[in-house]
Amino acid sequence: MGGFGTLFYKELLRFWKVGFQTVASPVLMALLYLLVFSHALAGRVQVYDGVAYTTFLVPGLVMMSVLQNSFANSSSSLIQSKITGNLIFVLLPPISHVEFFGAYVLASVVRGLTVGSCVLAVTAWFVDLPLAAPLWIVVFALAGSAILGALGLVAAIWADKFDQIAAFQNFIILPLTFLSGVFYSIHSLPPFWQRLSHLNPFFYMIDGFRYGFFGTSDFPPQASLAVIGVSLAALSAAALGLLKSGYKLRG
Amino acid sequence: MDSAIEIRKVEKRYGALLALAGVDLDVAQGEFFGLLGPNGAGKTTLISIIAGLARATSGQVRVMGADVVADYRRARRFLGVVPQELVFDPFFTVRETLRFQAGYFGLRGNDPWIDEVMHNLDLTSKADANMRALSGGMKRRVLVAQALVHKPQVIVLDEPTAGVDVELRQGLWRFIRGLNRNGHTIVLTTHYLEEAEQLCNRIGMLKAGRIVALDSTRNLLENFSGLRLELTLDRDTLPEGVRATVLAADSGHFTLSLRDYAELEELLRQLRAARVTIRELELDPTDLEEVFLRVMERH
Repeated sequence: MGGFGTLFYKELLRFWKVGFQTVASPVLMALLYLLVFSHALAGRVQVYDGVAYTTFLVPGLVMMSVLQNSFANSSSSLIQSKITGNLIFVLLPPISHVEFFGAYVLASVVRGLTVGSCVLAVTAWFVDLPLAAPLWIVVFALAGSAILGALGLVAAIWADKFDQIAAFQNFIILPLTFLSGVFYSIHSLPPFWQRLSHLNPFFYMIDGFRYGFFGTSDFPPQASLAVIGVSLAALSAAALGLLKSGYKLRG
Repeated sequence: MDSAIEIRKVEKRYGALLALAGVDLDVAQGEFFGLLGPNGAGKTTLISIIAGLARATSGQVRVMGADVVADYRRARRFLGVVPQELVFDPFFTVRETLRFQAGYFGLRGNDPWIDEVMHNLDLTSKADANMRALSGGMKRRVLVAQALVHKPQVIVLDEPTAGVDVELRQGLWRFIRGLNRNGHTIVLTTHYLEEAEQLCNRIGMLKAGRIVALDSTRNLLENFSGLRLELTLDRDTLPEGVRATVLAADSGHFTLSLRDYAELEELLRQLRAARVTIRELELDPTDLEEVFLRVMERH
C-alpha cells in the first residue's frame, strides 16, 4: 500500500470517526423523509402500475442519500484541509494526481454506499421491496457515488471558503436531487417539466437505480447508464486536470 | 561537493507582483544553510517551490539531483519540510498522524523510527493524544516529526521556532544538529538571527525576491566586522569634533558604530579632551543582526 492506500484509509477513518454526523444523521434524515412523505402522499401520487408509493419512494431515498453523502465526503474533507492548511501533509509527499483523485473519490463511494446501505436496511422494514435486476442497482450506485465524489472534489478545489461549498450543496446538489424524481415519477409531470427533467443528470442516476428494484423505469436504463457514464468520464477528466495543474492547491 | 538543492534562475510572479526575481542558489550536501530575509522577501515562496507546494513561473529546482516538477516523486522523497504555519489534522492522534505521513511516502512498518523520532522530540507521552489537545509547542514538535518520518536527506525548516519556548528550542536544535552531523542537509529560515549565527555554516539573504548576500557565516561576520559601542555620558549631546557613526541617541545614551579598536581609541581621546565623563560603556563585536541590517540597508 503506497501513498494511495494510506490516503484512502485516512479518508475512510476521517468520516468513520465522526460516524454520527456522517452516517447516522443522514440515515435518520432519510427515515424522516420516508415517514413524512409516505404519510402525506401515499394514495395521492400515481407512480408505476402496481407499485405502492412508499415502495416507490424507498429506492429514491436510498439513491438520494448515496449521492448527497458522496458529494459531502470529498467536498468537506478537501475544503477543510485546504482552509485549515493541513492539506500540505498530502501535497508534500510523492502522491500523484491520479492517486489523490482515486483515494478521495473511492472514500466518497464507500461513504455513499455505507449510508445508502444503512438507509436501505432501515427503510426495508417498512416496505416489501422487489429486486428485479440487482446488478443494475450496484452499477448505478457505484457510478452515481463516483460522479458525486468527483463533483465534490471539483467543488472543493474551486471553493475558497466553507460558504461556497454550502452554496454548491444547497443551491445545486439539493434542488437537483429533489427534482430528479426521488419523490415522484416524472411521467406524472406536465410535458414541459418532463422535458426539463431530462436535462437533470441526477434524474438518470435515480431512475436507473430504481430500475434495478422494479424492472421498470421512466427512461431505458441502458440509456441512463450511457448518460451517467459520459458524466463520470467528463467530471473525472475535469477533476484530474485540475489536480494535475495544481489549480488553487499548488500556488 | 554535490548539491543537495540547486536553484537556477527561479522566478515567481503572482499577477503583477514579482515574488522571486531570478534566484540562483546551491546548497551543498551536509550543509546547515540559513535563508534569511525580512517579511515578504520571498523565503517561504522559495521553500514552497523547492517542496512542490508552488510552481515557479520560470527556472528550475533540483533536490538531490531530482527535478522538483519532472521527477517530483524522487525529489519529494529526499525532502522533509517543516511548514511555518502551525497546521494539524484535528481528526487524529499524534501516532496516527505520523503513521499516515509515513504511509504517504509508501513506508510501512517503520514504527521503531516513529518511536525514536517521538522520543527525541519528547512526544512519547502524547503519542495517543488527539492533535487538538496539544499545546502550540507540542503541535510544533509533531510538525517536525512529520517532516522526519521518511528519513529525508534534506530537511527544510521554515521558522520552526517562532513562538516556541526556550527549552523546546534548545531541544529541537540539539536534535537537528545531530541530524546534520549524521549527514542530513538542513535549510533553515528564522527571524532569530542569533540562532542562525550559531547553527548555520552558510547564509543567504533574500530581499525583494533577490539574493543580496551569500557567504559563509564567518565571512559575512568578518566582512562586516566592526564594533558596536553603547555609551552613557554626563550630557545629552556629543561634544563637537567627535567623529563617529551614531546609530541611536537618547538622553545621554548613545549607540555608536565603530570600524575597529583604533577608532575607539580616537573616540575616547576626543571625549577626554572635551572633559566628558563616561558613566557607562559597553562594547559588542558585530553580530549577524548587525550584518543583516547593513546588508538590507545597502540593497
